[in-house]
Amino acid sequence: MADLSTIFLGIRSPNPFWLASAPPTDRKTNVLRAFRAGWGGVVWKTLGEEGPPVVNVSGPRYGAIHGPDRRLMGFNNIELITDRPLEVNLREIAEVKKLYPDRALVASVMVPCDEDSWRAILPRVEATGCDGVELNFGCPHGMSERGMGSAVGQVPDYIEMVARWCKAFTRLPVIVKLTPNITDIRHPARAAKRGGADAVSLINTINSIVSVDLDRMAPAPHVGGRGTHGGYCGPAVKPIALSMTSEIARDPATRGLPISAIGGITTWRDAAEFIALGAGTVQVCTAAMTYGFKVVEEMVSGLSTWMDAKGYRSIEDFRGMAVPNVTDWQYLDLNYVAKAHIDQDLCISCGRCHIACEDTSHQAITATVDGRRKFVVKDEDCVGCNLCVEICPVENCITLEHRTVGDDPRTGRPYAQPYANWTTHPNNPGAVREAAE
Amino acid sequence: MASITTDGVTGGRLTAEDYARNFGDLSPPLTRHEALVEAERCYFCYDAPCVQSCPTGIDVPLFIRQIAKGNPLGAAETILSANIMGGMCARVCPTEQLCEEACVREHAEGKPVRIGLLQRHATDAMMAASAASGTHPFGRAPASGRSVAVVGAGPAGLAAAHRLATLGHAVTVYDARPKGGGLNEYGIAAYKAAGGFAQAELDFILGVGGIRLEPGVRLGADVTLDGLRAEHDAVFLGLGLGGANALAGADAQSNVVDALGFIEGLRQAADKAAVPVGRRVVVIGGGMTAVDAAVQSRRLGAEEVTIAYRRGVADMKASGWERDLAKTEGVVIRPWMNPAGFEARDGRVSAALFDHRGPDGLGEPERVALPADLVLLAIGQTYAGAPGPEVLAFDGGRIRVDAERRTTLPGVWAGGDCVAGGSDLTVSAVEDGKRAALAIDAHLRHVTPGLKGAA
Repeated sequence: MADLSTIFLGIRSPNPFWLASAPPTDRKTNVLRAFRAGWGGVVWKTLGEEGPPVVNVSGPRYGAIHGPDRRLMGFNNIELITDRPLEVNLREIAEVKKLYPDRALVASVMVPCDEDSWRAILPRVEATGCDGVELNFGCPHGMSERGMGSAVGQVPDYIEMVARWCKAFTRLPVIVKLTPNITDIRHPARAAKRGGADAVSLINTINSIVSVDLDRMAPAPHVGGRGTHGGYCGPAVKPIALSMTSEIARDPATRGLPISAIGGITTWRDAAEFIALGAGTVQVCTAAMTYGFKVVEEMVSGLSTWMDAKGYRSIEDFRGMAVPNVTDWQYLDLNYVAKAHIDQDLCISCGRCHIACEDTSHQAITATVDGRRKFVVKDEDCVGCNLCVEICPVENCITLEHRTVGDDPRTGRPYAQPYANWTTHPNNPGAVREAAE
Repeated sequence: MASITTDGVTGGRLTAEDYARNFGDLSPPLTRHEALVEAERCYFCYDAPCVQSCPTGIDVPLFIRQIAKGNPLGAAETILSANIMGGMCARVCPTEQLCEEACVREHAEGKPVRIGLLQRHATDAMMAASAASGTHPFGRAPASGRSVAVVGAGPAGLAAAHRLATLGHAVTVYDARPKGGGLNEYGIAAYKAAGGFAQAELDFILGVGGIRLEPGVRLGADVTLDGLRAEHDAVFLGLGLGGANALAGADAQSNVVDALGFIEGLRQAADKAAVPVGRRVVVIGGGMTAVDAAVQSRRLGAEEVTIAYRRGVADMKASGWERDLAKTEGVVIRPWMNPAGFEARDGRVSAALFDHRGPDGLGEPERVALPADLVLLAIGQTYAGAPGPEVLAFDGGRIRVDAERRTTLPGVWAGGDCVAGGSDLTVSAVEDGKRAALAIDAHLRHVTPGLKGAA
């Protein structure tokens, strides 16, 4: 039986599945239910400074994109940070940590971007006995208009500055939560590291309008007929989060910086993928908000079963293993040739591969053979683009086959060629200039 | 008070609630959510096999995608532009032998997209919207100044009339019966067209305008083909099959009746409790009419109902779905039963006799008597009446037509069950009517007005 326990910045948790800072971790009663359900840790929903709590709208805060059968694919929200008094949250954090000393309990914090505000709150947070703090530099709505959240996260200098303050004002590990609403995630990550942050977590939610109500002619959700952009999350954002995670994991400036990955993690496989790209823990929110806390059982069981099958005894055994295989386009092998192949026994003759290739790609799949409805790849036209593989409704019916023997009828060149990439390709002006110098 | 065990032929065997339930909708419509989920199962195939297998060539993937994306009225337009009786066909088509059999999901997992129910979902939405707004989805071309006579207000005739009307022609539909609709109104099981659907669809079709329905007018008696040819620029014959096949000895028997007449009586009865049925019913035949008659006999409260068919089960024209329906309703299907006469008691039939040739049809014939107080004959219909072979050419007892549904008589087209080579399905009749209308339209546009009846 694989050991799923993690030690992240010295914070121990029985499994890598933490609940992200969000409504599920807003209060003691929820967090206790989560721990009873088996979650390894939580990041307590973002605390604000002392004084009047923030005010949320009393109306729709969520919008969604649905798939068939109303599966929730993407989700956005216009929630703000906690609207409960700071003292209540701090008291409950302390109570929960006492009841569950074996679980990770990290407090998310967001206060104005001045030194005194951070100096005032951090000792009080530390006094709860929690395991760490996460600086919320991510929320794209509401708080950002007040100079917090993503307004800070979009300015690397601010990230560095606040991280440095926090490291000075608390002994707790400091995690910087990054906003994806920037052009290059590496810059805020590098800033966090420069400021002394112990880790980054990402992604926070993405600026979004999930839909427009065509009757009201207003973005949904709308409050009294008017709407605003919200933060996008859920399964739909996972590819973006994976990419950003990989960028930080392989950037020489941040390589080795611990990462707590967030973004559309819905199943054990999603978690394994983020861990393979270097994440030490994963944070989940939308899946729990969609299905309840019980989903962690599937995640724990699935990850454990998969690790056993692969012979991984601990998370560290496979963590980051996919990072070396993430590269830039220019290093891809331009001499690698693959062609699609359709398994006629599995083919149900829907013809989608044909029309997709015919209308939008390379006209490389037949519709008829000898006058009969039949879909066969034409090697002389196939560039191995994978479109047919991805749109075929039958799993494994169409596969890409790596060719190494014989000649490519499309190019006339032998399939077997030594590795060669764009950096040395004759069509690359950069390569030519380099050779000339 | 009669019950299911009352001997003889009588009505009132069940409670009022039983009758209401038994003659309500056989397959309830999909809810909106069910329709969306089912529609999402469609793969939107290229050159889709379901389209190929639909006699009217409805663009099935397109209309299903329209449903899936929240546009049922657009879906209905897609359906109705190919098949104006898409609503009835959604209810009565043997989809398991047509579009759904061809569905790649049937091939992949033995569970086709439920195309028929989706078609009903869309067409019901259109019928409701049309009825609510008093509008019709199809407009009419400018008046052509031409008129066409359509004889027979069944599926073929109405499809022809509707298409001709949209093309700008003035159409007069003559039908011998008091109501239009043909088999849809008179010959289909009540639970397949519940809620007065046949009449509603007729109203919807006539809603396009430019169609005058003349019921109670019989060709050969009240009007003549020559008269129609003289009066109109073209004639379409959608006559159906008026005659029932004869079975030796049946005429002499009391309570041995034509199944279509039985179904008609049932369809037209305001109170199903008033429709008499036997305690033991034997239906002779193997097609859809046999199943409709047998199942409805059960639903009227017959205690024992048997379908006796002269060949094997696999030879039956009734589809597997129909046969399963019969079995689920408690009807016994007995193959290899060759009709051999009747027994009577007190002047009424008491048993139907058969020569039974064993479970595989290969044995020596053995005389079997199936006790019956009502025998329904569903052994097929024949063409009857005018015009006859002296006027136009026939093949196998039905009117000969070419690919454009043109008869051998100039200016006269025909379609539906009365023509040779058809499959005796509503959907095929609709296609005949549609094709004939297009051919008539092309013909009229190439003929100088004033030469009525000229070919």
